[in-house]
Amino acid sequence: MVEETPWQQALRYANRANPYPFYEELRKTPVARQPDGTYVVSTYREIVTLLHDPRVSSDPRKCPAPAAARAEGSAEPAAEPIREVLTAPNIITCDPPEHDRDRRMMMPHFVGPPHAPHLISDLEPDIRRIVGGLLDDMRGRTRIDAVDDFAYPLPVTVICKVLGVPMEDEPRFHHWVETALDALDFGPEAASEEIRSRQAGGRQAVQEFAQFADELLDRYAQQPGPGMLSALANDNGPEGRMSKDVLASNALLLIFAGHETTVNLIAHSVLTLLRHPDALEKLRSRPELIVPAVEELLRFESSVQFWHTRSALEDIDIAGTTIPKGAPIFLAYGSANRDPERFTDPDELDFERPDNQHLGFSQGIHFCFGAPLARLEVQVAVGEFVRRVENPRLVEDPPPYRHNQIFRGPRHVLVDIDGIRD
Amino acid sequence: MSLPATVAELVREFRAGARIVIVGASLAGLRAAETLREEGFTGSLTIIGDEPYEPYDRPPLSKQVLKGWVPADHTKLPRTREVNADWRLGVAAVGLDRITKRVRLADGEQVPYDRLLIATGTRARQWPNPAEAALEGVHTIRSRDDAAELQKELAESPSRVVVIGAGFIGSEVASVCRELDIPVTVVERGPAPLVGALGGVIGEIAAQMQRDHGVDLRCGLGVSSLEGDSGGHVRRAHLSDGTVVDADVVVASLGSIRNVEWLEGSGLAAGVWGVGCDAGGRAFDINGVVTDSIFVAGDVARAPHVLYEYQFLAMEHWDNAVLGAEVAAHNMVNLEPNYRPHLLLPGFWSGQFGVNIKSVGVPPFGDEIVFTQGSVADRSFAAAYGHRGRIVAAVTFDHGKWLEYYGKLIERSGPFPPPPSGWDQPADTKPVPAEFPDPRVPTAIPDVVLTGHAPSERTAEFRPRRH
Repeated sequence: MVEETPWQQALRYANRANPYPFYEELRKTPVARQPDGTYVVSTYREIVTLLHDPRVSSDPRKCPAPAAARAEGSAEPAAEPIREVLTAPNIITCDPPEHDRDRRMMMPHFVGPPHAPHLISDLEPDIRRIVGGLLDDMRGRTRIDAVDDFAYPLPVTVICKVLGVPMEDEPRFHHWVETALDALDFGPEAASEEIRSRQAGGRQAVQEFAQFADELLDRYAQQPGPGMLSALANDNGPEGRMSKDVLASNALLLIFAGHETTVNLIAHSVLTLLRHPDALEKLRSRPELIVPAVEELLRFESSVQFWHTRSALEDIDIAGTTIPKGAPIFLAYGSANRDPERFTDPDELDFERPDNQHLGFSQGIHFCFGAPLARLEVQVAVGEFVRRVENPRLVEDPPPYRHNQIFRGPRHVLVDIDGIRD
Repeated sequence: MSLPATVAELVREFRAGARIVIVGASLAGLRAAETLREEGFTGSLTIIGDEPYEPYDRPPLSKQVLKGWVPADHTKLPRTREVNADWRLGVAAVGLDRITKRVRLADGEQVPYDRLLIATGTRARQWPNPAEAALEGVHTIRSRDDAAELQKELAESPSRVVVIGAGFIGSEVASVCRELDIPVTVVERGPAPLVGALGGVIGEIAAQMQRDHGVDLRCGLGVSSLEGDSGGHVRRAHLSDGTVVDADVVVASLGSIRNVEWLEGSGLAAGVWGVGCDAGGRAFDINGVVTDSIFVAGDVARAPHVLYEYQFLAMEHWDNAVLGAEVAAHNMVNLEPNYRPHLLLPGFWSGQFGVNIKSVGVPPFGDEIVFTQGSVADRSFAAAYGHRGRIVAAVTFDHGKWLEYYGKLIERSGPFPPPPSGWDQPADTKPVPAEFPDPRVPTAIPDVVLTGHAPSERTAEFRPRRH
């Protein structure tokens, strides 16, 4: 049997809890060609360079990847139900000028300035109330699940409010998202019986999710309601209205990315703090460190471990190799954030790390659209968890992980507690 | 004691007991002071500034302050740390004696130093006719007070504003006027706005942008005189083509003058382009010999730049003030080989007519320009400047996120034209002449400038050859 590359090993489910030794191996070849023709970039400098290179596309329609991989006769192409179903581009899967226009149209309804500069900051009281309620509910218990009881409910409630998605639909789209994510695999296990058996379900989940967004937008087009989706469906801005399929695709992206990544970040933050009692104590005694602490947590356990839709539109010379025109490019943010060439002692958790320009939200024109909201949510959630939860202890280390490789996060984080402070 | 140990002891003693004087209490002066303390300097630190205010931020003065969004006195610079300095504000330095190592102040006081940082920056060039310049309603913008006074008059809805000079400040003022719905006439001696900094091709785009926003733009013309009423308030401007423009506010945005007069007789290489220094901020004397105790930072410094054929570069840019000051301060309390160079890729930004304009590199060093991304018609694009087949600068209109890419190309002396973008290519991707004017045209002086030696200024002491 051919030996697996460090990248393939990093993608194995058995290594989900700790892919870092494989990333370290991977970084020895900053731009590493994989057997299926994909180029995996794992070092900070090279990733940043490519994020700013206008010869790199984010649009999977411009990338003949799966065909190339098949022609190579290597492993079967990775299953990607999401890509198959979503034919219309969203802001993360298209290039300028469409990307710029669509993002420009979405921006005023989200982060606001100059139109509504307080849109995000005005959510803080709501976020504090939700977090407070979740912690209050833990009173009297000795064991909690930091994922189900804490990390999950906050972002999903907030994103539903921001977008105007009815909260009663949450169980449905939660199921669709989980099913789709479990069927998506970029590693050697993609061809396994287990993953293959999930694919039909994943595909159907995405279809149902898309139909759900479609119907929601139709409703808002007829009867405007609260939130960003209704605003976009009825927008009459200077650049016109977003076409319905593009809007639906972006709606899916926002519903999905607006909570999934934040759940993982909160869960990983709790897990990381419980693994680093000194850091936890430092944050308890100096709560103002929560802002740089969240940045460090974004670096330490990145919610988006890599991104898979980029490709080279021309031959690109980088780090002593040439990425040929047409080749898919994976940018491994999770590895770059532990790159010792960029971060001193990268495996140390340091809430006072100077110049912490991590790639947890990427960089360049595709910099995370939801970053301001995610930052606020996680600052409040983690800050309050540290302040209020008495003597939290990790029950199981490592905890069980979810299957997905990109959106890497624990399925449960069981924590024993002595109580909840006021 | 070994020699290295003695040197280390010397540095320690210097950091504990020396006297450092910073002349200039703006961005560069403040950041230098903070860096000195950060580097462990605990000796006496004096900061001298001719304005009565604590250091404040100037970029908002021609933008948010004029618009009335931010009061002029709300521009105080945030501090990165305690500096524990003796502040002498509201009193200018008027002389430097390098023999006795003293700075002379306007009030007659003499301040001794062991190390001196010159960060006196620039001032606005005034309207050349003093009587006309003194008319009420005639303004320049450099200081907080300037901006506060102009803002007040703009808030009173003047019938028309005349802006003389369409560099960045003039264009930003015109933009604010249009946002406030005030009629504005811009008179520019050159062929278009921004030509000094960005060349005629970009200037033409800026001109169209101004006209689309309702600016009455008159290029290729000068203002010959300003006329006041009996109360001493400006009422009209006479242009060089004989036309007359009625206005009750006039803004003279004629570029800047470096504050070097106080250095006359000091024997330093100080002149119209600023004070010459090495890339580590150490000042040159008039003979081109580097001094050990005098350093320069900010707008008033000019230093050789490795990327631009080692020509002396003077940069009136915000980040040059910050980073130049940090390097100079570090070098003030260290010795070779621990000196650091200030090797900054120049960069600036401007906001006008709803467009964010940014640049990296030195556009006037280029002679060609090529559009690389986006759409000129939408005024949303990136363009690169080239010189002898290499990229030397780039400019973006609402495309700032791509500057980092061009900056890296410039640092590597990448090819010009740069490799084409994979998408969003402009309609025309052929390089054309960038159309920079002769830099000696007065209002065409860019705010980053290659500063050759002025031939009239030959005060160096030539030594006879001895065989």
